[in-house]
Amino acid sequence: MKCIVTGGNVKVLGRAVHSLSRIGDELYLEPTESGLSLRAVNSSRSAFASFLFAPLFFQLYEPGGRQPDRELVRCKVLMKSFLGVFRSLPSLEKTVGKCLILLKPRANRLVVQLHCKYGVTKTHNLAFQECELLQAVFDTQRCASTLCAPARLLAEAVVHFPQTLAEVTLGAGPGGKISLRNYVEDEAVPSKTMVTELRLADDEFQTVAVTPGSRITFCLKEFRGLLTFAEASNLPLTIHYDTPGKPVVFTLEDTVLEVHLVLATLLDPESDLQPPTANGVSHVPTPSDDFADDLESYMIAMETSAYEDGPSGVPPSPTFPLRTPRPAESDPEEEEEEGAVPGTPPHKKFRSLFFGSVLTPGGPGPAPTQEVLAEDSDGEN
Amino acid sequence: MRFRAKIVDLACLNHFSRVINTIAKLAKTCTLRLTVSKLYFILSDKVANGGVSMWCELCQGNFFDEFQMEGVAAEHNEIYLELVPDNLSRALRTAQSAKAVKIKLTNKHCPCLRVAVELPSLSSSSRIVTHDIPVGIIPRRLWNDFREPSVPDFDVSIYLPVLKTMKSIVERMKNLSNSIVIEANLSGEMNLKIETDLVSITTHFKDLGNPAWASEDGCQSSAQNRDLESMAEARIDIKKLQQLLAGQQVNPTKALCNIVSKRIVHFILLHEDVSLQYYIPALA
Repeated sequence: MKCIVTGGNVKVLGRAVHSLSRIGDELYLEPTESGLSLRAVNSSRSAFASFLFAPLFFQLYEPGGRQPDRELVRCKVLMKSFLGVFRSLPSLEKTVGKCLILLKPRANRLVVQLHCKYGVTKTHNLAFQECELLQAVFDTQRCASTLCAPARLLAEAVVHFPQTLAEVTLGAGPGGKISLRNYVEDEAVPSKTMVTELRLADDEFQTVAVTPGSRITFCLKEFRGLLTFAEASNLPLTIHYDTPGKPVVFTLEDTVLEVHLVLATLLDPESDLQPPTANGVSHVPTPSDDFADDLESYMIAMETSAYEDGPSGVPPSPTFPLRTPRPAESDPEEEEEEGAVPGTPPHKKFRSLFFGSVLTPGGPGPAPTQEVLAEDSDGEN
Repeated sequence: MRFRAKIVDLACLNHFSRVINTIAKLAKTCTLRLTVSKLYFILSDKVANGGVSMWCELCQGNFFDEFQMEGVAAEHNEIYLELVPDNLSRALRTAQSAKAVKIKLTNKHCPCLRVAVELPSLSSSSRIVTHDIPVGIIPRRLWNDFREPSVPDFDVSIYLPVLKTMKSIVERMKNLSNSIVIEANLSGEMNLKIETDLVSITTHFKDLGNPAWASEDGCQSSAQNRDLESMAEARIDIKKLQQLLAGQQVNPTKALCNIVSKRIVHFILLHEDVSLQYYIPALA
């Protein structure tokens, strides 16, 4: 993989890395025919972000190696080391004219070269690891509620909450008002915690298509990271969400850029009263171990499957396993699936996101159960 | 019991925020006393807060455009609330460009001081931010705990130097010692001293001036027949002093301190419409 970024786009790339650094400790780079994808996931797998830069974003973009038969190499690098290259955004803007990213699988190096003013060239040789495809499974089409607003509106909304606040609840109130309030944990004494609520009129949004009375709770830290990026890029932000417990998806779109941030949402307290029973399937979400297991089985699946590499090799579009409750048809098979729900998620009451090792559509995929590490609860209807 | 108030003027709002910020720096929790004409922020000298006490008084008329309150009974037309001033400070921080701020006592799930901020927006309707600050209602039988402390029978009363100067000195001294000695005499001299095994540092101030205190009841204050040159001193916790100095966001029009030798230092900071008294006990 080789790509060259020039001019103001270097800063955009830098800002994207800053935003991703709020999420995880590792940065996944995936060169595809439709662009370079940068991804990150947090340790409890409740947050996932991907930035897809289209080939047009680059001055030069070669996803594959020189040899046509070589398959595309996916890799991950330490976030810290990659962020180090783009640490200071102002100086990036002032001094860097060109940035070259080169993946050298033979030498086991990811080379990031900054061509600066006065003929100075900074070369960073980063160690990388080849890795599986990191993909959260979600589908914005299936989300019942959609909100679209200028990033600035949301950025101005979250400043009212303290930096230390972990989660925020977004709700659609009566009269089309959209509200944001700090989430207060059950254990907290109500007479000790200040509750801050912000209400925004629907005419401040570009699109409001929400289920009345719906509300979701998600982490603020990662959202703030995305907002910083969105505000600087002056792009409208779209929020797709469904019922509590299902992930919320934030998207930004541009002609050369596509950004997704997927965050787990907190289960509704009411449905939480009857904790989902973990039966049969041993998908207890202690993420690290389980993930390793899954990875292994996936790797095996990979070996036997042909990876389609060609013009049709678009990145697998995010999919959401068909596990949404369909009241009309409830065949026993599905009910079994509904029971196959993990026990208490690792961190607070957040469900881990649905990370699958997703293959290119068309290729023989692994068994569907392997796609999902920890799936969302369906028992809340 | 009812209370509602409204600030529309931005300058008043900023001024009020600054006062609250100062209080928030000095006290983790404090008592807010509301009367028809005044607001008081009170910290009474409990052992838990290191024996310091605070008394801050402001006239509501200088801050609020509307101010209505109704106490428990007509003959006790006051409200005493316990609150975390940092919450109020945080609530007001988000109100820097507000069109209006309303403060109201509510009782939904628990007694709360609701700060509702109306912010300008791009659309026709404003953005509304509400902060529900939990408060405790202090029953009338405990009101006596929150009476204004009297000015102690001091040995020396002296005007303070510019607080910024004092602050930067005390901040540096804080790195070297846990306690500081304040000493002053009646000829306008004040010294700030620290003494450790390794180092002794003294900063001398002179020509500060001594305020004239009219003795109200005619009884002799111990300051009156005192040798003008002799120093009265008290050793106090340097962190407490530094807190007081760091919290000052506006330079007060008058700042003075009264020293009761080896017992207490009483600071009085006067702004036009706000007065702050702060008592730091001497260390043994």
